[in-house]
Amino acid sequence: MSIEVRIPTIMRQYTGGEKAVDGAGDTIAAVIDDLESRHPGLRERLVDNGGLRRFVNVYLNDEDVRFLDGLKTPVADGDSVTVLPAVAGGSAR
Amino acid sequence: MRFDSLLGSVGRTPLVGLPRLSPSTDVRLWAKLEDRNPTGSVKDRIAVRMIEAAERDGRLSKGRTILEPTSGNTGISLAMVARLRSYRLVCVLPENTSDERRQLLRMWGAEIVPSPAAGGSNEAVRVAKQLAAENPDWVMLYQYGNAENTQAHYATTGPEILEDLPTITHFVAGLGTTGTLMGVGRYLREKAPGVAIVAAEPRYGELVYGLRNLDEGFVPELYDESVLTTRFSVGPREAVRRTRELLETEGIFAGISTGAVLHAALAVARKAVDAGDRADIAFVVADGGWKYVSTGAYEGTLDDAVDRLDGQLWA
Repeated sequence: MSIEVRIPTIMRQYTGGEKAVDGAGDTIAAVIDDLESRHPGLRERLVDNGGLRRFVNVYLNDEDVRFLDGLKTPVADGDSVTVLPAVAGGSAR
Repeated sequence: MRFDSLLGSVGRTPLVGLPRLSPSTDVRLWAKLEDRNPTGSVKDRIAVRMIEAAERDGRLSKGRTILEPTSGNTGISLAMVARLRSYRLVCVLPENTSDERRQLLRMWGAEIVPSPAAGGSNEAVRVAKQLAAENPDWVMLYQYGNAENTQAHYATTGPEILEDLPTITHFVAGLGTTGTLMGVGRYLREKAPGVAIVAAEPRYGELVYGLRNLDEGFVPELYDESVLTTRFSVGPREAVRRTRELLETEGIFAGISTGAVLHAALAVARKAVDAGDRADIAFVVADGGWKYVSTGAYEGTLDDAVDRLDGQLWA
């Protein structure tokens, strides 16, 4: 079971500079816990009081997990998770 | 169709089916062709409405200067209306936008104040707010916080879509100022219970977002998360791939942001197929591809096209 997790530049200090790391687990929360075991400090940047941090977005196959089931959103082998700082920027015309 | 002037011809755009891209006869995709507006984008709807509202409430009168942060389309639409109504227009435009957009703005008579590439549209908003403070007699319509932006879509785009597609189950559009999604979304939620409102947010390279701190996210004042059912973030690779797919399979030559919207529309279509549900999915083609030809998005390999878009505001 392998899930690719893409990490933004500002968090790559926890992944040794890697842009993407592999995680395992059957929910977003489980994948984050798994990543924390190899990249300590990362969870703290993503999770706060049992939920996602306010200015962090996490996408499962490009879909914002806040609109799915948050940290409890189920993931499956081959899924792709993207972590991004929350900005609405750039997209305005 | 006959109109008294160009401004009267804004809106009433076609909704066309996509028989080749739709997964089945039960799950169908429909494209709302907003490139058919006078300056070629959905923004004509909000430009006319924001200017007319400002005239009505007395903020805007003859000889005044309009100021607006824009990555292109809104500026082009405002420039067209400003020319017809004899206003001066100053646009704050990020440096990393396609050359066509700058040329078109100048053609319609707008003055351009460049804003730094790093930070994208957020930076343009910051520069415009600073200019507004320095020039109190200028009128900033401010599409990110102007309720007439949302209202234009509530009053026109939403009703047009529902009239053409009473069986609509999903509405998908790009998330920028959030005006299209908020306006059409509110209208459809009132009139078509159960409809899903789906946002597709373009995801840029990190240069565009600048070196920012996690606590600095800019959220447009118009944004109300409760209107959305779900939200996708779509990178340049998928956006370009889908833009090309739309051209190759259905003959529609759209801008790159439409590729991002189509990507989200196809994701919800696939979910409907998997769940065995019927779906009529309408999505917005915000503009045509003409203004993006110089970006190289439409030719060569996908890798090369994506490389060329790196650091560009493609939506």
